[in-house]
Amino acid sequence: MSNYTSQPSAQLSPLERQYVLLTQSGLPIVSRPYQHVAEQLKISVAEVLAMTTDLKERGIIRRIAAVPNHYKLGYRFNGMTVWDVKDEHVSEFGKVVGQLPFVSHCYLRPRHLPQWNYNLFAMVHGKTELEVQQYRTQIKDLLENILEVRNDDTDQACQFQSSDMLTSTEILKKTGLRLKR
Amino acid sequence: MTISLSTLEQNIINQYQKGFPLCSQPYKVIAEELNSSESEVLSAIFKLDEAGILSRIGPVFNHKKAGSSTLAALAVPAELLDEIAEIVNQFEQVNHNYAREHSYNLWFVVTASDDDALAQVITKIEQLTGYQVLVLPMEASYHIDLAFNINFSQHQLGSH
Repeated sequence: MSNYTSQPSAQLSPLERQYVLLTQSGLPIVSRPYQHVAEQLKISVAEVLAMTTDLKERGIIRRIAAVPNHYKLGYRFNGMTVWDVKDEHVSEFGKVVGQLPFVSHCYLRPRHLPQWNYNLFAMVHGKTELEVQQYRTQIKDLLENILEVRNDDTDQACQFQSSDMLTSTEILKKTGLRLKR
Repeated sequence: MTISLSTLEQNIINQYQKGFPLCSQPYKVIAEELNSSESEVLSAIFKLDEAGILSRIGPVFNHKKAGSSTLAALAVPAELLDEIAEIVNQFEQVNHNYAREHSYNLWFVVTASDDDALAQVITKIEQLTGYQVLVLPMEASYHIDLAFNINFSQHQLGSH
């Protein structure tokens, strides 16, 4: 099977793995949250803060955040919009789509023809189904001229669409990143 | 039931989805930034946490760099969806699983310690379900943050 990552995977020291395990489901809500982590790792608070800064600089930590539950905040609808964008334009336009305020993730992924012809994924969130549909239309307007048209044989039934939106019908499992102990 | 949020609570949600202060007493820093006191900020955060409006506070890890991960999908008959979802969910390496309206109707994220472990999990899922997994690893990210501005004015917040 092909490589999934662009980075070498064994990047974490044993202590850093412990740090990930301790913090991945959240810090305790107390005045000095890193104190708890320091005690568990048997190092100083200053060392925990230094480790956090280092993991951030290495890109292993994306950000330190108060992570809201969008569903509870009324963002009940999401759509995974998928697009068959011409390869030569995908990087430029991916960045444009990624900056739209209602897009939470925007990724380039491989096609698997003939089963799967979409290479650009943009996740949109809204408070109503209509809102999500409107966001999809906005992205469509941006990408209109750079989408692949794969069905030029008019005799054939339409095999490929140039875009689609997959709405979620049910959350079957949702947990944060879990590292194996 | 409607949750009403104070200005302090709204500011906390909108301003700390990234850049939560990294220091020994972060709530003190937030209090200074929001013209409040540490105890007010802490009690606001307690309330948001209790109500489930905040899912957690802490580092957000990059799955790809903390291990190896991929988005994956299965196309299964509708009547088998629940059964197969259960098989997939049994894997501790599966950390999201959504049913979606499409011929590929089961979408999940697989995370493992390295590429080989990830490939093994996918092979096992294929063996146990009898369906071929569509493997869609991220090749480039054009937006790295799940942080967007929450619009508090548009609708009332509901929790039901």
